[in-house]
Amino acid sequence: MHFPDDLKYTEEHEWAKYDESQGIITIGITGFAQSELGDIVFLELPDIGSEAQAGEPLGTIEAVKTVADLYSPVTGTVSDVNEALDDAPELINDDPYGKGWILKIEVSDPQELEGLLSAEKYKTLTE
Amino acid sequence: MSYIGNTPEDQQEMLRAIGVESFEELLEMIPKRLRVDGLLDIPEPVSEIEMKALARTLSQRNRSTADTVSFLGGGVFDHYIPTIVDFLISRSEFYTAYTPYQPEVSQGTLQAMYEYQSMVCALTGMDVANASLYDGGSGLGEAALMAVRITNKDSVIISETVNPVYRDIVRTYCTSQGISVQVLPMQDGVTDEQALLDILSENTGGVILQSPNYFGNLEPLSKYSGLIRDLAPDALFIVSTNPISMGILKSPSEADADVVVAEGQGLGNHLSFGGPYLGVYALKEKYVRKMPGRLVGATVDRENERGFVLVMKTREQDIRRERATSNICTNQGLNALAATVYMSSLGKQGIRQVANLCTRKAYYLAKNLSALDQISLVYAQPFFNEFVLDLPVPAHEAVRHMLTENIFAGIALSDKYEGQENRLLVAVTEKRTKVELDHYVQSMEKLVEATVSYST
Repeated sequence: MHFPDDLKYTEEHEWAKYDESQGIITIGITGFAQSELGDIVFLELPDIGSEAQAGEPLGTIEAVKTVADLYSPVTGTVSDVNEALDDAPELINDDPYGKGWILKIEVSDPQELEGLLSAEKYKTLTE
Repeated sequence: MSYIGNTPEDQQEMLRAIGVESFEELLEMIPKRLRVDGLLDIPEPVSEIEMKALARTLSQRNRSTADTVSFLGGGVFDHYIPTIVDFLISRSEFYTAYTPYQPEVSQGTLQAMYEYQSMVCALTGMDVANASLYDGGSGLGEAALMAVRITNKDSVIISETVNPVYRDIVRTYCTSQGISVQVLPMQDGVTDEQALLDILSENTGGVILQSPNYFGNLEPLSKYSGLIRDLAPDALFIVSTNPISMGILKSPSEADADVVVAEGQGLGNHLSFGGPYLGVYALKEKYVRKMPGRLVGATVDRENERGFVLVMKTREQDIRRERATSNICTNQGLNALAATVYMSSLGKQGIRQVANLCTRKAYYLAKNLSALDQISLVYAQPFFNEFVLDLPVPAHEAVRHMLTENIFAGIALSDKYEGQENRLLVAVTEKRTKVELDHYVQSMEKLVEATVSYST
């Protein structure tokens, strides 16, 4: 299974891409997570401007057979959500690292990012 | 339930297994004074024949609607139940109160629930109905919690004209979760408009009104809906109603209600001394993912045959545990089935006729009673099938007197509302005949005459 090297990962099977110049992190779920969940049918996402706490649930991802929580990997403010997922949640299954991105958070403390996992380390969690 | 024998040998083995000497040892922590010394003071055993005779004697001391003419309402009503209802629901294919654990193998049950949901949507004018909740009161409690879930607010408003029992249930559901419940006072038997204007705010999560309300009066739902949208734009507008009334009245959906909740007993379910009943729960489609309870959907299988499945079950307790949408993951299967058979046997026209008869008979009785000396209608409001009388005697006294005439006269309001000693809530259904209605008036007249001659 493919895990892009330029991304960071969490134990909750999410990926994060940090844009240092903007101080904004983009979040999605990994290829492993989407294949475990199966067909994703609905997402419940926070409003733009709401507060995110590292390790706390931000929303839910509903698949045919289960519902999983989406956890925030960092503390900050939600700055954008992927509205394309409203009509096409299957983008997460089709393109988890691209068009299936879920939301963006303006990071309060970039130090928190150091706790995230490398692609190599995350891969061991999925084996 | 099968009986499993418990011999002295079995008992010894169990005691050994848990490491105690005797059964007495297990009871040591119960103070002696609280324990029965010797045998229970009950009669000797009797034969089956004697037992049946005794049970019959005891049950004959009850008064029920089978032998007493009922004008009781307050949420549950003595409507006629066509024979086909009990005949169909007691067929062995259907006869279980419980919702199936492996639902997709019970296609017939799922189809019946799907039909129920479709009929409730047709009746209420709402987009989606669930497969039922426990009863009307707990349905309102669930609606209050749902409003708070959706809006992220921590307060709901409920009118004093909502059934007082339902209000107690809503308070129980809400206060244990830190949600404040504000009560709107009434004016002339309906929710006070000025009080509503004063209390609505951006922090309001939901507003609960009832129409026909507890006193039978119709609330101006459309007007209040507009006020709620203007002053508390996020709040959910929740309406408690009587399902039969929708045969003749505008449905709450026409007043833009977000959630419609109703006690479904009147749809083909027996009074049964207070339950089990069913909670009718319908809402706008946009809230369906926050809806409590089960939902059946229609689909096709791999051979393209029509079939039924439970949908959005993924949000219930068996998967989501403590993060489930609500703690409901069942429905009132058999009661909802009775409602389904009732609605389909009457049809749209039949429900309209029942509603029409209820209203006309109620107005006939109200008119003739208020023509009596010293009896008046308390409210000058349009009503459906219930109204409130002001009597020259305490309502409890009138209820006792009317029992001697073989009539359940109504509900004495003093139990739930202060300062309403002489007020009686009277309900009329399509079952009441002109003879019964006239007998009610004559009996009331006798009571008034007796009271007047006694006091002069």
